[in-house]
Amino acid sequence: MTSDGGDAVKVVPVRHVGRWIAGAVMIVVVAMLVHTLFSKVSTGQVSCRTVNGLRTCHPVTNWRFSWNIVFHYFTSSEILHGLLLTIELTILAMVMGIVLGITIAVMRLSPNRLLSSTAWSYTWFFRGTPVYVQLLFWFNISAIYQSLSIGIPFTHVAFLHINAVSLFNPFRAALIGLGLNEGAYMSEIARSGLIAVDEGQIEAASSLGMTRGQTLRLVVLPQAMRVIIPPTGNEVISMLKTTSLASAISVVEVLGAAQNIYAANYEVMPLLITASVWYLIITTVLSIGQFYLERHFARGAQRTPPPTPIARLRQDVKGILAKFRTPRPAMTREVTA
Amino acid sequence: MSVDVVPMVEARAVCKHYSGVEVLKGVDLTVNRGEVTCLIGPSGSGKSTLLRCINHLEKHDAGELLVDGQLVGYEARDGKLYERSDKQICVERSRIGMVFQRFNLFQHLTVLDNVTIGQVKVKNVSPDAAATRARELLARVGLDAKEKNYPSQLSGGQQQRVAIARALAMEPKLMLFDEPTSALDPELVGEVLDVMKDLARSGMTMIVVTHEMGFAREVADTVYFLDRGIIEESGDPRQVLTAPSSERLKSFLSKVL
Repeated sequence: MTSDGGDAVKVVPVRHVGRWIAGAVMIVVVAMLVHTLFSKVSTGQVSCRTVNGLRTCHPVTNWRFSWNIVFHYFTSSEILHGLLLTIELTILAMVMGIVLGITIAVMRLSPNRLLSSTAWSYTWFFRGTPVYVQLLFWFNISAIYQSLSIGIPFTHVAFLHINAVSLFNPFRAALIGLGLNEGAYMSEIARSGLIAVDEGQIEAASSLGMTRGQTLRLVVLPQAMRVIIPPTGNEVISMLKTTSLASAISVVEVLGAAQNIYAANYEVMPLLITASVWYLIITTVLSIGQFYLERHFARGAQRTPPPTPIARLRQDVKGILAKFRTPRPAMTREVTA
Repeated sequence: MSVDVVPMVEARAVCKHYSGVEVLKGVDLTVNRGEVTCLIGPSGSGKSTLLRCINHLEKHDAGELLVDGQLVGYEARDGKLYERSDKQICVERSRIGMVFQRFNLFQHLTVLDNVTIGQVKVKNVSPDAAATRARELLARVGLDAKEKNYPSQLSGGQQQRVAIARALAMEPKLMLFDEPTSALDPELVGEVLDVMKDLARSGMTMIVVTHEMGFAREVADTVYFLDRGIIEESGDPRQVLTAPSSERLKSFLSKVL
């Protein structure tokens, strides 16, 4: 009998035949996908050369996915401008959505019935209509309001006048449309976070003499964040892609830029791929950011924070290396009795 | 205590009901300064509700409740009662410490921040001074080594001691304990009771809802036995706990002792 934990029990592991078959099938499928992505096709043209009086001809081939065109436009100024606008629109609309969402969630939970029913109606309206319709609506709002003014309702008293056409330029219309719509979804996310905080936390804050506002700001919201952050990350990623709808109201974001280019050169697929690759890149960056944000707000909730992907990778590599290292002989220690 | 000094807490015929259920049916209670009062009784007897009324976490429906000579939650002017504003109630509460059964430490803050947040945000103490006071109090409850930990990294007994330090940081004139040891593993009860005994010796006015009869007998100046919303019996713990006169208290004690 060994007294230290050095020698593990020697067993023949169960063979997972199903897993091996599934793995093999997956490898074939992935290989097929990679093959088609980088396959070349005939263009129908033939190129001929005469070398030493001998004329040889062979068909001209091209990437099926036109990677050369994708690569050419990938960092073109139109696409990069569009990309910048996409990022700008995503950030601003999300900020607007988060601020609105938290405000509406707090209103929804207010003991004041008028506030809570207003908040409910807001969510009902903006979740109940498609965001595409809302964007078209804000884009065309100047058709029903030539000018906007702030004043006293049902009187002619007005403090501020704004021309609607100049206010609702395509970018602002898109921003307002996306932001208001996002506010409705964010309010539900924020509300679920606020409700998830234990009632005892609020009582403890009150017993210290904190006001309602302080309790919300210092105790409830920071703890609600843990619940709010993961779905908000999803919302940011979803928003990034929803901004592509703004191209329908003549905002030249990344998809709009791609469309403008292929309208001129008819290279539809390569430019759609260009836009898609950019979306994928930003989504990846956002996912990484989300991981670290979640880790930050999980403090206090978990005894040990989850490892970072890099730490996990290091651990995995170490594990695999350990497997391949030559196993120690079962009995190396001298038996001293 | 001299007779002319106003008692810390005075309840006269305090009533409270939740949606038709009468929880308190006219409770009279007097807590003098520097005294420890224990509230005992079966669950649902109204002990916790009475405690929460004193802190105005619940509003009582009838009767008079005075803390430090002032009506809780109301102001009497020209023979009328005026409801106090939220701000005034917050000020009142900040002078009364409360310790909960489930600790209710702020999960997202370290031990030190739990003890400083009330001082800094409610009493406007400077962060440095608050931290100094917090460290003193944490040392007093034996947890000065844990100031950087989060509540989830502490045992129940340690969390409750931090909760006591958090309440003491507000320099309360009165401490309320709502079954402070009921959620603890038996071997952790002692450490919390020791802190409370120490606090009682220092002259703090305390009201303790508890099932720890040993603590009540040792520390309390007065014990109140509540049953079904009324005070069945009260008085000196040695008298009440060893020679009860009411049948209800006799049967209650036979179950808990």
